[in-house]
Amino acid sequence: MNDFIAARSQMALSLGFHIIFSCIGMVMPFFMAVAHYYYLKTSQTVYKNVTKAWSKGVAIFFATGAVSGTVLSFELGLLWPEFMKHAGPIFGMPFSLEGTAFFIEAIALGFFLYGWDRFNPWFHWFTGVVVGVSGLASGILVVAANAWMNSPAGFEYINGQYLNIDPIAAMFNEAWFSQALHMTIAAFAATGFAVAGVHALMILRGSNVLFHTKSFTIAAAFGCVAALVQPLSGDISAKDVAIRQPAKLAAMEAHFHTEKSAALIVGGIPNEAEKKVDFAIKLPGFLSFLAHGDFKSEVTGLDRIPEENHPPVSITHYAFQIMVGMGMAMMLVSVLYFAALWKKRSWLQAPWLLKIFALATPLGFIAVEAGWTVTEVGRQPWIIYGIMRTADAVTPMPGIAYSFYLFTAIYVSLAAFVVFMLYRQIKMVGALYDNSDHGTLTADHRPPTADRPLD
Amino acid sequence: MLYIVITYLWASILLYLLLGGADFGAGIIELFTSQKNKQVTRKTLYSAIGPIWEANHMWLIIAIVILFVGFPVIYSTMSVNLHIPLTVMLIGIIARGTAFTFRHYDAVVDDMQHLYNTIFAISSFTTPLFLGIIAGSAVSGHIDPQAATFVDAYIFSWLHWFSVTVGLFTVSICGFLASVYLIGETTVEHERLRFAHKAQFFNIAAVICGALVFAAAWYEHIPLFDWVFGNWVGRIAILSATLSLVWMWALLYQGKIGLLRPLAGFQVTMILLTTTFKHFPNIVILKDGGYLSLTQHAGQEKTIEALGWALLLGSILILPALFYLIYSFQKKPVGYGGEAH
Ligand code: HDD
Ligand code: HEM
Ligand code: HEM
Repeated sequence: MNDFIAARSQMALSLGFHIIFSCIGMVMPFFMAVAHYYYLKTSQTVYKNVTKAWSKGVAIFFATGAVSGTVLSFELGLLWPEFMKHAGPIFGMPFSLEGTAFFIEAIALGFFLYGWDRFNPWFHWFTGVVVGVSGLASGILVVAANAWMNSPAGFEYINGQYLNIDPIAAMFNEAWFSQALHMTIAAFAATGFAVAGVHALMILRGSNVLFHTKSFTIAAAFGCVAALVQPLSGDISAKDVAIRQPAKLAAMEAHFHTEKSAALIVGGIPNEAEKKVDFAIKLPGFLSFLAHGDFKSEVTGLDRIPEENHPPVSITHYAFQIMVGMGMAMMLVSVLYFAALWKKRSWLQAPWLLKIFALATPLGFIAVEAGWTVTEVGRQPWIIYGIMRTADAVTPMPGIAYSFYLFTAIYVSLAAFVVFMLYRQIKMVGALYDNSDHGTLTADHRPPTADRPLD
Repeated sequence: MLYIVITYLWASILLYLLLGGADFGAGIIELFTSQKNKQVTRKTLYSAIGPIWEANHMWLIIAIVILFVGFPVIYSTMSVNLHIPLTVMLIGIIARGTAFTFRHYDAVVDDMQHLYNTIFAISSFTTPLFLGIIAGSAVSGHIDPQAATFVDAYIFSWLHWFSVTVGLFTVSICGFLASVYLIGETTVEHERLRFAHKAQFFNIAAVICGALVFAAAWYEHIPLFDWVFGNWVGRIAILSATLSLVWMWALLYQGKIGLLRPLAGFQVTMILLTTTFKHFPNIVILKDGGYLSLTQHAGQEKTIEALGWALLLGSILILPALFYLIYSFQKKPVGYGGEAH
């Protein structure tokens, strides 16, 4: 593996890992706030238990998100020093504001996790909301930094020099709004479906049904609303990309030839050598509509873009198909769920509906990973679109492949640990949070005791 | 505005050393605690730092962000030439942060706890060791952007006696801070005594490591002696740190613990002050005698301006909340044995 590929892979791996934890860190506090709110309003213990059980999960995810984020802030320099040397002062504004958001989040989390029975209940509730709001703010800010890489702004590039830097203009670049909106909704959709899916599975198993039903209802509501609006925001993103990064749009759609009334391609295998797509279903005019809101308009194809500036077509295309496919599937599930909620309440208890949710558990996160692949791979060969090539940004240090293997091993084992930890949390729900159903307590699976309490 | 930004950079490094350092130290203490006392140490530790744990580590992120936004050349040079120790430190941060959380939030108590504890204790040692190595390398004059071979550019930039002794010194400082900190966290007399002994142990270790740092500096022709004692600020700082140390021990033997923490914090602040004062604003010293300076290698004015405002604004939001957090949990430490939340 050459060093350049290794560096890209390590960056992709670290970000792909971090994004899962950051989505959960951004969204779960809102779920908890809702459960907590119901508890404070109705005094039903089950809501308190749901809040506490979730907060345990969130603490695990939060810590993993925080360490993987810390790693990222170093990796930007470890892998792309030449990029950071020039980009740091320009796109740094959101990062410096983000520091504040993180800090507030960490402080509020301290209050929230350790504050049970110590503060005024509504103050305590409020700290939980602050965790969520500052998490969202930090997510939006980092995405604004990433958007700058897609649509550089706030400086003049003259003879290889970056002059007249304006960090505020850089932050409010053209892509920030569409990306931040789409990412925020994605985080809600992905986390909502993942959490609802796990609780649906537990209801199907028949354990602690009340507890899991309440949890499911909250998570599913968030996830389904987000999944319904996500395609709309995706449409905004696509129209945005069509204007600012025609090469990316062409790669997403494997659109080799510039044409009017361009067809939207569903599925298919891009054939880069012969510049066509095999076995695809074509919807005439729809690409023109997706890109410019007009079935007749012209869509730039890869033929208008110099060969050396082409992004990898197949990866971008497959990733885009996966994202949209997952998006459509989640939207259908949501439609079904709302239909059940308003028209057919009997469906809500039906095992088949729960089974669909259980199957849909990973869809949102698959879409998130695929979506980022579209954004990042579709920007290639540029690290700063149109300004600096990724190949010119990489660290001069040889042997990055070893670093990539090392980080792969670390992230794989961390992921395994987190899954293991969650599995144990869920297995203990009966013993810790819901006395109505005593699970299987054996000697070595005992709940926490006074000498090793849970918090 | 540049000086405001530099002050923030220095302050976040200091706070990371003090707060994050005490946190690392707590793990280091665990490494040096006999099996039978480990459990109690762990509990005291947890009730002391649990709520502020996340916040303690934010200072590192603030420092890094200031560096890459405001001083990109310094950030990228260090990232290239100190790639290896930075990577080791990052692995330490990952291992430590997750082990700390896992051991606390694992819903089932079984043999896995040993694994978490071992990982936590070992990475509590290696992380500050490499932090110290990185700091030592920055000023040691071993970083050589023109180096021709891999070993010269990426290994000997950090692997030499001076950096390694600075690393060990950092570890002992962390142990010292944590033991002093923990003395005030327990009301049990023999527990206090135990932490006092630990403080003594790490104090001696710090003195020995400090001497080794000077020896290594002399051996490698680094004018450390001149940096520390060659100016009034250094001399006064070292003198007052030493006096405060004596005072601290006197208080400890009289059983007065109120002032211990501020005094320990003061000593560490003075150490950071002496070591950075003389060669300010140069924070990286290169092999060819060149410098990377905070004033000459700062980003463009508008960037510094914006960064400064972001930091000032951030502090207005953060500091009151942070103080309130520390204050609330000082007053009523996280309880044990009560309701299992
Ligand atoms: C739950 C996740 C999810 C779902 C269901 C969708 N997306 Fe998406 N998409 C993302 C999650 C995502 C993302 C991970 O959040 C990305 C990566 C970068 C970004 O801003 O959002 C993204 C990027 C992204 C981009 C590239 C934006 C850019 O480079 O600036 C486009 C054009 C779309 N999406 C379009 C769509 C369309 C038309 C969808 C129709 C269903 C869709 N997305 C569903
Ligand atoms: C968290 C969501 C993100 C994911 C999953 C993601 C994914 C990826 C992927 C797949 C690549 C490799 C592209 C390739 O080599 O073909 C990449 C590269 C990169 N990303 Fe992202 N990205 C994310 C967000 C960000 C953000 C927020 C930033 C910076 C502010 C960023 C900075 C970079 C850099 C510097 C590279 C390396 C250069 C390059 O290949 O373009 N990414 N990322
Ligand atoms: C689109 C991509 C990203 C999103 C949406 C995102 C979002 C978040 C969120 C919400 C958190 C809070 C922790 C949690 O709740 O688990 C977090 C943590 C963190 N992220 Fe990211 N992040 C992204 C990419 C990055 C990148 C590229 C960097 C580095 C330059 C980074 C650096 C950090 C750091 C340092 C933390 C730890 C802060 C803490 O302790 O709270 N993130 N991220």
